[in-house]
Amino acid sequence: MTRAYLGMPRGTGDLQGDVPFPKAAKTALADTQLRRNLGHATATIRAKRLRVVGEVPDWEELREAGSQIKQQVMARLPELLCELESNVIARGGQVHWARDADEANRIVADLVAATGAHEVIKVKSMATQEIALNEYLASKGISAIETDLAELIVQLGHDRPSHILVPAIHKNRTEIRDIFLAEMDSVDADLTDAPADLAEAARRHLRAKFLSARVAISGANFAIADTGTLGVVESEGNGRMCLTLPKTLITVMGIEKVLPSWQDLEVFLQLLPRSSTGERMNPYTSTWTGVTPGDGPEEFHLVLLDNGRTAALADEGGRAALHCIRCSACLNVCPVYERTGGHSYGSVYPGPIGAILSPQLTGMTGGHDPNDSLPYASTLCGACFDACPVKIDIPSMLVRLRTEHVELAGPRTVEAGTMRAMRWVMSSPRRFRLAGRLSRLGRLGVRRGRPIVPMPPPLSGWTASRDVPVPQGKTFRDWWLSEHEKGGQQ
Amino acid sequence: MRVALFITCLADVLYPEVGKATVRLLERLGCTVTFPAEQTCCGQMHTNTGYQRDAGSLVRHHVDVFSRALDTGADAIVAPSGSCVGSVRHQHAEIARNLGDPVLAARADAVAARTFELSELLVNELGVTDVGAYFPHRVTYHPTCHSLRLLRVGDAPLTLLRAVGGIDLVELPDADQCCGFGGTFAVKNADTSTAMLTDKMSSVAATRAEVLTAGDASCLMHIGGGLRHQKRPARAMHLAEILASTREHPAELVTA
Repeated sequence: MTRAYLGMPRGTGDLQGDVPFPKAAKTALADTQLRRNLGHATATIRAKRLRVVGEVPDWEELREAGSQIKQQVMARLPELLCELESNVIARGGQVHWARDADEANRIVADLVAATGAHEVIKVKSMATQEIALNEYLASKGISAIETDLAELIVQLGHDRPSHILVPAIHKNRTEIRDIFLAEMDSVDADLTDAPADLAEAARRHLRAKFLSARVAISGANFAIADTGTLGVVESEGNGRMCLTLPKTLITVMGIEKVLPSWQDLEVFLQLLPRSSTGERMNPYTSTWTGVTPGDGPEEFHLVLLDNGRTAALADEGGRAALHCIRCSACLNVCPVYERTGGHSYGSVYPGPIGAILSPQLTGMTGGHDPNDSLPYASTLCGACFDACPVKIDIPSMLVRLRTEHVELAGPRTVEAGTMRAMRWVMSSPRRFRLAGRLSRLGRLGVRRGRPIVPMPPPLSGWTASRDVPVPQGKTFRDWWLSEHEKGGQQ
Repeated sequence: MRVALFITCLADVLYPEVGKATVRLLERLGCTVTFPAEQTCCGQMHTNTGYQRDAGSLVRHHVDVFSRALDTGADAIVAPSGSCVGSVRHQHAEIARNLGDPVLAARADAVAARTFELSELLVNELGVTDVGAYFPHRVTYHPTCHSLRLLRVGDAPLTLLRAVGGIDLVELPDADQCCGFGGTFAVKNADTSTAMLTDKMSSVAATRAEVLTAGDASCLMHIGGGLRHQKRPARAMHLAEILASTREHPAELVTA
């Protein structure tokens, strides 16, 4: 199972945090405001999603179709990407290939610099979050302005997104108003926290940017190989402003987003809005193909980003993580995400999909690196698998990654030793029976459900909030043997 | 029907009453129950923590023991645990394949095809919905994640509970939300696990039930341990104990 794909680039950029998940989660769990904001927001989206998914009679068939199209794409990825490249070029666009975050950032910064612009407007994009493009551009004297309302809130609040679709999900209305009052030029000092007033303030703030910007940067929800078309789905219309007004458009897209043909899009345009925002259809779907003189951007660049995707693709059991269409349904149904929030995952991809995608893109070490802890950030409850519109079996992939982590860690850890000892006991009926009897001694160390001697970590994690079980009477097998088969073994 | 009991290591050692209740219930319904005494553990904890190689030898042992049970006359294998049956059905053959043993994988598939969680066996295989139980208490049911989403037992446990004489069955709010156990998750991510447990206990308290029941001793160990830790009035009892309870031999309200 251990993988060593030499020469394949691993994901860099904003894909790993500074601390392991349990430690980051502990901090987040202590924030009761965060718990309330997230609990309220995820419960609302969950209910909306269930309602609109429930009204589609062939939802399961759609999921299956989505899954199969993605499997086909992964099997034909090199060929489809070359087809996409030649069609984009044929329609007047330019195509750039980036191995990792650094290379993608350099390409984009050079393209912006060539226009002479010092300010760019942005469409909400996970790929550019992943490579930490805004920070890189800032280091080159270029300011990148997020135009999606929630991304704008996060940017103005000097914060980080905590959700794939709803980056400011951890903030409530009052907190957002306070950010606007503190950070927006010429904002009405009497701004209320009514959603319409907040949206209006953002609209006024952004309008000037849309009209003055010469360069826009976007991601892409999909690309159609056989026509060279790119597409973005969105709710607010800010994306369409960015995609049509500036002279230069630069799109950064993960290589797994390509689809063979327009017909395949039909499936995803049904799956994505219902799974993500809980809407039957998203308000804006923008598509563009190369450049058209006199209409829209005069220059179009497509940056195709690998950043660990080829390495994930090479892993037969792990490549389904690349099927993800970034709907975030798995985040909204995840009981762990709901309580810890997105920042605990470190990576820009939080929640169940992040727990499999981030370690696959960056690779794991077998040590205590933050991304080695992510596959364990799940109870394997399975809610994510049920919600996933392309049927990614996230629980099984989490178990696979745990296995990979354990193999990288080697046999010398305390945990590995404990597991070996337990396996030794459990692989012999005689030893197991004896251990069951010995466990009866455990009750001597427990008084009123609490151990008399404090337990060392990790067992202290159990005893802090739960009584320990105290075995009563004989083990089942000893009872059975005494009742049914006098004299011992069958 | 001849039924081989797969007790699960947790019930064997910590919750023998769950096993005794399962035996009493099945014998009352006319089944012949056998207990293959060589059985130990299905290896789920090893598997789900990442120790697939260690799990492999436990899987081999489990498949050996229960293949023999099927060869010597058992019609079905039953376990009072959705989680362990889930591991047998969804993990055993794959582990065997991953470890390069297609023969073991085929035998594991054969064992899995005849292995059932208790409520599945009763409702789907035996075709019983009223097991003749009597349990005059206020009860709420937590559908454990692996019963719900891995095995898809659906309404089987609730169908059985609704037919119990004297029972006051109340719906658990947010029942489909995980309780936060997750095996080694409960110790590796103890804080998150506790946050989930706290919400589950609040849901249980809102029902004013005397008894919280479920089909998994592991989740009940977690929720029940939390309820006792906080000295809450509700107790955790396994589904088998309620279904085994009759007017003549009522179940004691002890904590599972």
